[in-house]
Amino acid sequence: MKARSVAILSGKGGTGKTFVSVNLASVSTPSTYIDCDAEEPNGHLFFKPQIRRVQEVTVPLPRVDLGLCDGCRKCVDFCAFHALAWANGELLVFEELCHGCGGCLMVCPKEALREIHRKIGEVREGTSGRVRVLSGFMDTGEASGVPIIKALLGMKSSKSDNNVFIDCPPGSSCMVSESIKDADYCVLVAEPTLFGAHNLKMVHELVQLYNKPCGAVLNKCLAEDDPSLDYCRAQGIPILAQIPFDEELGFLNSNGKIAVRESERYLMMFQELLQGIEMEVPDAAVGHP
Amino acid sequence: MKIAVPIEENGHETIVSISFGRASSFLIFDQETNTSQLLKNTAALSAGGAGIKAAQVIADSGAKILLTPQCGGNAAKVLLAARMRLYKTEPGKRAMDSIKQFLQGELEELTEIHEGFHGH
Repeated sequence: MKARSVAILSGKGGTGKTFVSVNLASVSTPSTYIDCDAEEPNGHLFFKPQIRRVQEVTVPLPRVDLGLCDGCRKCVDFCAFHALAWANGELLVFEELCHGCGGCLMVCPKEALREIHRKIGEVREGTSGRVRVLSGFMDTGEASGVPIIKALLGMKSSKSDNNVFIDCPPGSSCMVSESIKDADYCVLVAEPTLFGAHNLKMVHELVQLYNKPCGAVLNKCLAEDDPSLDYCRAQGIPILAQIPFDEELGFLNSNGKIAVRESERYLMMFQELLQGIEMEVPDAAVGHP
Repeated sequence: MKIAVPIEENGHETIVSISFGRASSFLIFDQETNTSQLLKNTAALSAGGAGIKAAQVIADSGAKILLTPQCGGNAAKVLLAARMRLYKTEPGKRAMDSIKQFLQGELEELTEIHEGFHGH
């Protein structure tokens, strides 16, 4: 079996992305789990990994040497993000708006700008049993975690044949796009409510935009109408699993336990889910782990 | 002395815009020549940093006074670096009425700078 890169996403928080990702990675061992929800990573609360490596993530930022700058303002006019302003002989840099493209340095005729590196967070690498756990942590107050996700995904391919499970941030923002970009398959986790179905539609549209094959895991299912199930049927999205709204599971989760390591029932359910995903991933997509 | 006001067109009237960074234009009134000039706010529709760009336009116009209902933190940084003074006016008011009020000393300095509506 070749390695697959599977992204787990949902349109809102609290649907069970981390639950599904952590448990999938735990039945697919040896495997790699990547927590791309850098704003509030929580997979590590379940895995409690032994940390082996911590790496800072930085972004480039321009610094001006006013001794060299002649105030031509080419950099100010160039910056599409309005991260630079010129007032009263002073170049103002708005750090949170800078995308670190380096364009200002290129257009400066006086070479008055240089790049410094500003820390925006870190990635932690560790192990939990036979799962390699990579987690992104964004510093408080930062605007975008995309560079952290790039750093995380850059660490995923260590020439191994292990399946990779990418626990995405909630929603369908840039951070989510970045997280699913290289995935072979997307698992959409949804709740059985109208709101849940709406959020499912959001992420479904996103994965369609990226031409990713996908399937749905319906979580917290009750013996009632399920608008998310209706949406999947209407759109032809395969249902990979229906996880019940279950007290035992709630208990395990809120105690930071990994269900498949504690319960035979959930072990079987996730083994089945994993098989389902492995059957769904088209052969053509396999081979670039 | 030049005075700047963020404005919107409302029918035949030119009224004070509720937003600084996303106002459609700026009215620049030159007290010495008693003339006014309209500057298009090219930042009005930009995805981010509108306040900064708008502040740059105002600073470049040579205005030293800005009459505005509110102002965000990033725009204020540029305006203050350009040694501008900010006075509080009301949105929806006719722009020329605000300028008259300022000239008669009826407007107070704008001291509250909001955090901006960015960050997403």
